[in-house]
Amino acid sequence: MLRYTLKRLISLLVSLAVASVVIFTVIEVAPGDPASFMLGVNAQEDTLAALRAELGLDGSRIQRYFNWVGGMVAGDFGTSYTYRTPVSQMIADRLWVSLPLALYALTLSTLIAFPAGIYAAARRGKPGDLAVMGATQLGIAVPNFWFAMMLVLIFAINLRWFNAGGFVGWGEGLWAGLRSLTLPAVALALPQAAILARVMRSALLDILGEDFMRTARAKGLSRRQALWRHGVRNALIPVLTIIGLQFSFLLAGSIIIEQVFYLPGLGRLVFQAISARDLIVVESVVMLLVFAVITVNFLVDLAYAAVDPRLRSRS
Amino acid sequence: MMLLQVGNLSLSIHGVPILKRVNLSIDPGQIVAVTGESGSGKSMTALAVMQLLPNGATAEGAIRLDGANLLTQSEAEMCALRGASIGMVFQEPMTALNPVKTIGDQVMETILIHKAMPPAQARTRAAEVLTRVGLPPDRFPLSRYPHELSGGQRQRVVIAMAIALRPRLLIADEPTTALDVTTQAQILDLLKGLVREYDMGLLMITHDLAVVSDMADQIVVMRHGEVVESGATRNLFRDMQHPYTRMLFEASGHQVTLPEPTQQRPLLEVSQVVRDYRLPRKGLLDAPGHHRAVDGVSFTLNRGERLGLVGESGCGKSTLTRAILGLEDIQSGQIMLDGQPVFTGHRPNLAVRRKMQVVFQDPYGSFNPRHRVARLITEPFHLLETPPKGSERQDRIAEMLTAVGLGPDDAGKYIHEFSGGQRQRIAIARALIIQPELILFDEAVSALDVSVRAQILDLLAELCEAYDLTYLFISHDLSVVRTITDHVLVMQSGRIVEQGRTEQVFSDPQHSYTQTLIAAAPQLPEIGKLSA
Repeated sequence: MLRYTLKRLISLLVSLAVASVVIFTVIEVAPGDPASFMLGVNAQEDTLAALRAELGLDGSRIQRYFNWVGGMVAGDFGTSYTYRTPVSQMIADRLWVSLPLALYALTLSTLIAFPAGIYAAARRGKPGDLAVMGATQLGIAVPNFWFAMMLVLIFAINLRWFNAGGFVGWGEGLWAGLRSLTLPAVALALPQAAILARVMRSALLDILGEDFMRTARAKGLSRRQALWRHGVRNALIPVLTIIGLQFSFLLAGSIIIEQVFYLPGLGRLVFQAISARDLIVVESVVMLLVFAVITVNFLVDLAYAAVDPRLRSRS
Repeated sequence: MMLLQVGNLSLSIHGVPILKRVNLSIDPGQIVAVTGESGSGKSMTALAVMQLLPNGATAEGAIRLDGANLLTQSEAEMCALRGASIGMVFQEPMTALNPVKTIGDQVMETILIHKAMPPAQARTRAAEVLTRVGLPPDRFPLSRYPHELSGGQRQRVVIAMAIALRPRLLIADEPTTALDVTTQAQILDLLKGLVREYDMGLLMITHDLAVVSDMADQIVVMRHGEVVESGATRNLFRDMQHPYTRMLFEASGHQVTLPEPTQQRPLLEVSQVVRDYRLPRKGLLDAPGHHRAVDGVSFTLNRGERLGLVGESGCGKSTLTRAILGLEDIQSGQIMLDGQPVFTGHRPNLAVRRKMQVVFQDPYGSFNPRHRVARLITEPFHLLETPPKGSERQDRIAEMLTAVGLGPDDAGKYIHEFSGGQRQRIAIARALIIQPELILFDEAVSALDVSVRAQILDLLAELCEAYDLTYLFISHDLSVVRTITDHVLVMQSGRIVEQGRTEQVFSDPQHSYTQTLIAAAPQLPEIGKLSA
């Protein structure tokens, strides 16, 4: 297990290094000079040069790459071209919204999907299964912003249980913070839960056809006992893969939901930074997201090994 | 008092009749074997006793265990009986165990699910049972996972789970079919010993008459869901009343006569072939280890000769086959066909490849289901520089299909329209169509029922006569190799340990491994001896 972890860890570091080079290169070749963008078209050449020096844009590419990476490792992401504030501070503020939101949504989606998928698999072809399958079909088909608007209409405007948008901040206490993230988390979670429930169901159905399930029944386990004791854990491998993919999406892909609920999250930050050619912010956020995705994959790999002993011994 | 009595059991699945008025009974300490070909309903009979039938199954009649009719028990009552009063062992040990749970947990589960004893005691019992089946915890700790065990060892775990609560009845559905002969002999011995020791009844399902004759006190022969004949083993073999039983018996020991090889010119020359596989590195900086699958193998196959290759799983016979076909590079040595190397440099030699064809084991998996037979069997044409076209192509297709006992009309059909035996005929037609110098049969009759197998063996003998075939016949089935080849190689751990004329090797084996193999193979009783 230790060797497996070590191997995965090395692969994580290599992936990060490669990703940083790719991101840096792509942003470098993108047209547009941040200095002239900030100062406008009529800026003097020497003013531009001074600003470039200030922004650290005048060194060689290799030098700038290492400055950038070195800074990130030390927690210094540079200064935003447009807001003139440290990027690390901007990202940290947004991360305190986006990360809890992603985790909240993922928890909800897992809590909905697992029971729904297992229930449907255990009742294959029966009305319960058909109902779950119909609901998940709907959940996949309907876009999440529509869900979001419906949730606002029902729970914020009619019932007044939640605010229609905005984030109160964690300073108001854990409960208040969670409360303002609840509607967006539900809107994000429902389509994800629909996908996850379907994956859980089909993974379980595959497992139910395995020989060892019959062996379990021959030992005297009831259908339900066999499903829980021998089915669920074996079905987790494909489910974990999807959970990993979904977390990455939830962290960065929630821009529409952030817009609908006026949440100051990472998605909006990237969107604004791209519009303003604030390349240093874009670079940093993208790198951060890559880091998150690779880390999540690493954790998913560890989870695989925890679930399946064959992976532990193969390495 | 009878332990199990199946009376007039009829079974249908979604209205399709599967079993028709099946009768059989088992006494404590008795071994009853149910035999028959695939589709005869023998496995369904076993599953009916367990009440583990597929959805949509309805059963009539009675299955009495110690007098109680299992057909009228509720599902909860059946759960209490399964594992406690009736244990079951399945065919495929590689998949019968949950891969993510330790063997100790899985054996203990049988005990715990029936609340037979507290966990600590259950663990002790699991260790005892595993010791009894030949897996003592000092060598096979309870914390082992199934993938750390061989097929035979896994089957022992499955048996341990089935007997952990000393059931009155044990059902074994083809328990040794997936195992090597030497392992099979050990597992059969184990089952026999357990029956004696625990005074259990054993209901054994098997297609292998040789196994049946060794093991069973009573035999039940089934066909198309019906019992055609049953009785005490000795009596049944002595006066086989039903023609089907006789046919099964004759097909099991089917012999063919091969024409004498005509020429003494070497066709395939294999010299000092070595094939290594890289193993994963032990540490990050360690050099990777190697597993030598084929270790210095040399032999010569003459034109018109039929050579057998026998050995147990993992001995390297499949690797050697792939190397001969040019599908795998070798690390050293030389493989020559008709004087030309199979590999030039590290690339397979196309000119040589077109002189060889292969027939695989699985008649279901080796065809593209979306192509018609005409296209399937003409696939080897792409190896030719000038493949036949138009009417010449049609003639070749018709000729080949006729040669393998099918008709020219079959060319337009899809593969799913054929039975397993017919598919294997089509595979042979595909191999023959470019009239290769050499054909490799890789376990080509192992998946077939005995009667179909007998027909395919006859077909091969006829084709030898008609086309002067040269082939290499790879099989784990000694009785088949004995009749269908004139020379044989015995392979163990990557080496050829014995080679010679087939009849000589089988009647007077020199190497201890060959002797073990032949001794372990179950033998059919000779009809003559029994009826005398």
